[in-house]
Amino acid sequence: MATKNKSTIKPLRLGAGWKYAPAPESAAAAHIQDQYELFIDGKWQKPKKGTYLESINPANEKKLYRAAVATEQDVDKAVAAARKAFDKYWKKMPAKERGKYIFRIARLMQEQARELTVMETLDGGKPIRESRDFDIPLACQHFFYYAGWADKLEYAFPNRAAKPLGVAAQITPWNFPLLMAAWKIAPALATGNTVVLKPAETTSLTTLKLASIIQEADLPPGVVNILTGAGETGASLVRHPAINKIAFTGSTAVGKLIQQETADTAKKLTLELGGKAANIVFSDAPIDQAVEGVVNGIFFNQGHVCCAGSRLYVQESIAAVFIQKIKDRMATLLVGDPMDKNTDIGAINSAAQLEKINQYIRLGKKEGALHYESDARLPQKGFFCRPTLFTKVAQSSRLAQEEIFGPVLAILTFRTEEEVIEKANNTPYGLSAGVWTDKGSRIFNLSRRLKAGVVWANAYNLFDPASPFGGYKESGYGREGGWHGLHPYITF
Amino acid sequence: MKKTTNRISVLKTYKLYIGGQFPRTESGRYYAALDAKGNKIANLCLASRKDCRDAIVSARNASGSWGMRAAYNRGQILYRIAEMLESRKEQFIAELVWQGLSRSAAQRETEGAIDRLIYYAGWCDKYQAIFSTVNPVASNHYNFSVCEPMGVVVLFAPESPLLGLISVLAPCIAGGNTAVVLAHQAKALAAVSLAEVLNSSDVPAGVVNILTGNNEELMPWLAEHKDVNAILYTEKEPSILTALRKKATGNLKRVIHWPIQRWLDASAQSPYRITDLQEIKTTWHPIQQIAGSGSSY
Repeated sequence: MATKNKSTIKPLRLGAGWKYAPAPESAAAAHIQDQYELFIDGKWQKPKKGTYLESINPANEKKLYRAAVATEQDVDKAVAAARKAFDKYWKKMPAKERGKYIFRIARLMQEQARELTVMETLDGGKPIRESRDFDIPLACQHFFYYAGWADKLEYAFPNRAAKPLGVAAQITPWNFPLLMAAWKIAPALATGNTVVLKPAETTSLTTLKLASIIQEADLPPGVVNILTGAGETGASLVRHPAINKIAFTGSTAVGKLIQQETADTAKKLTLELGGKAANIVFSDAPIDQAVEGVVNGIFFNQGHVCCAGSRLYVQESIAAVFIQKIKDRMATLLVGDPMDKNTDIGAINSAAQLEKINQYIRLGKKEGALHYESDARLPQKGFFCRPTLFTKVAQSSRLAQEEIFGPVLAILTFRTEEEVIEKANNTPYGLSAGVWTDKGSRIFNLSRRLKAGVVWANAYNLFDPASPFGGYKESGYGREGGWHGLHPYITF
Repeated sequence: MKKTTNRISVLKTYKLYIGGQFPRTESGRYYAALDAKGNKIANLCLASRKDCRDAIVSARNASGSWGMRAAYNRGQILYRIAEMLESRKEQFIAELVWQGLSRSAAQRETEGAIDRLIYYAGWCDKYQAIFSTVNPVASNHYNFSVCEPMGVVVLFAPESPLLGLISVLAPCIAGGNTAVVLAHQAKALAAVSLAEVLNSSDVPAGVVNILTGNNEELMPWLAEHKDVNAILYTEKEPSILTALRKKATGNLKRVIHWPIQRWLDASAQSPYRITDLQEIKTTWHPIQQIAGSGSSY
């Protein structure tokens, strides 16, 4: 059942009444090759079996490039190259020199930030504003941060000498392609490991560009190897007997498979998986600020965020006003061409993901929750989804339990603090949470009692290389970022 | 069974320890504790899957308040356990000798266990200061990361019947976790007697639960249970470790493996053994830019 926007204030209808003048970024800033090979041992190498996958721009469904599919033999070659690089160069290199290489990567990325920005948006569909102001600068910052750790590890672990593990196998997701590659590669290199990384098959472009930046930085061959491909490639990489470490970011289901698969090995495993974060708004919260936070919490990057604030718990006494304000704010969100600097919500990453989101929307309606979406006009081509919310969602509803990974907000209400803590924790996930209130002691009570790795108080979706990120429970284990982010890559 | 000259000695019934109570196993099953020569010296409970569940429920119920107790208070309670153990030292030595240790080995085992408790008692209010961080983020936020207990931890007790057991239990509860201990099957007397010590040491009910039984039978249930956050294994049996990791996958339990051989060594104790059983929580909070913030008042 659909509900109408019953705002008392005159709603802004940006899609219908008047328009922003288009402000498109030029695609010409990105030099995209027709075809990309595998980056192994410092060289671009053709895949053994000679197969390639097409990647399209999800905003217009046009072909963008072809990337090689690495098979078992290619994985073998890359792991051997990484092992050789570990023994021959990386392990022996003085730590401060290692650090300088990583600083070099950070600087070269900054220099080519505009190209990386355009590539990220063309390949993944996220708004250019987010690529430009969030993904790319933060990825550069991550390398810069960890570069500095390389020659300071003796101060990091009291009474212990940290040693690298060896070859790290890393698998990244499609929602923040370059940023996730930075989260993986930077700490691994800083601690003296070598890397074989597989990006997601729908969004490999910026990681391939990063490979050429690493080549340009003149890192010793084999220290970083990039293998493109889909799930099969990832599985061969995880199974490879000569790797020492696996760092995976992706779905909880695949994370569990990896734990099963590696149960009889000594591979050190860290997992950054799904989430169903509670964003909790108390009646004393700064309301307009909270509305912004909730909207950003769920609609940032089309909701393709593992820590998205996808469950809103709003205190009953302010629920009506608060939900109306969210609807009013949703009416102003521009959905469309990700390359346009005005765009708030870009393209859904793939047809398959759009279908998954739509399934959940159908399910929510069927379960009896009240469906509401903005009346944003969607482009004819490409994969798009209007910002959507559901009210009257039951705690047991799949909308409140499962990760949708799209711009769909489930709204629930609560009366007391005790009640909302219990409801917020009532999920197998535990990645993040948001708390909106004017009362400091309440913030610290909730922060302590919410089973989540990151708690944002009067804020949401903030990230920084100095700040550890990672989950409790089925959101995975291990932390990325900060001092704690060194642990997954060392042994004593 | 020892007899004194003039009287019949009173035999002790060794029971489970769940939620601060000493129940018999609900299954009514038992097995024999043997001395060094293989003679039966006592009956032990052969715990069942239901006993495992009861122990986990108790540990979960105790988890919130134990984790939020003042660190100083947790330290005092660990110290109190050491005091109680010291006062019953002779009993533990005797029981260990019964189960086949030499007198001198039993004494080392018992004294080592007491000292280890003291070691971790002292860490309770200090590890946070070393392993938590204030993170200098680029935006205008106060950002810090603290250690938090994982929750309910299952401890598969090592063969070292008292020192080994204390060496896994002490860092676990020092960090605010609650524990379900599966005693080493062949040398379980000390574990059951330890329950009596815990019960008189101000350890709140449910913080430590101790089961005796067929390890092979109970390990899979404990490793599979959805309300357990982590499991700790210390033996070097690769097939068991693999099986535990697989069973733990259902709810992504943390599986911690400490392959410790010599429990008396200083390397068997460390604050890193506390942090192995901790999660890291990061909190962000905005900092308001008030007027005059550019000046240095």
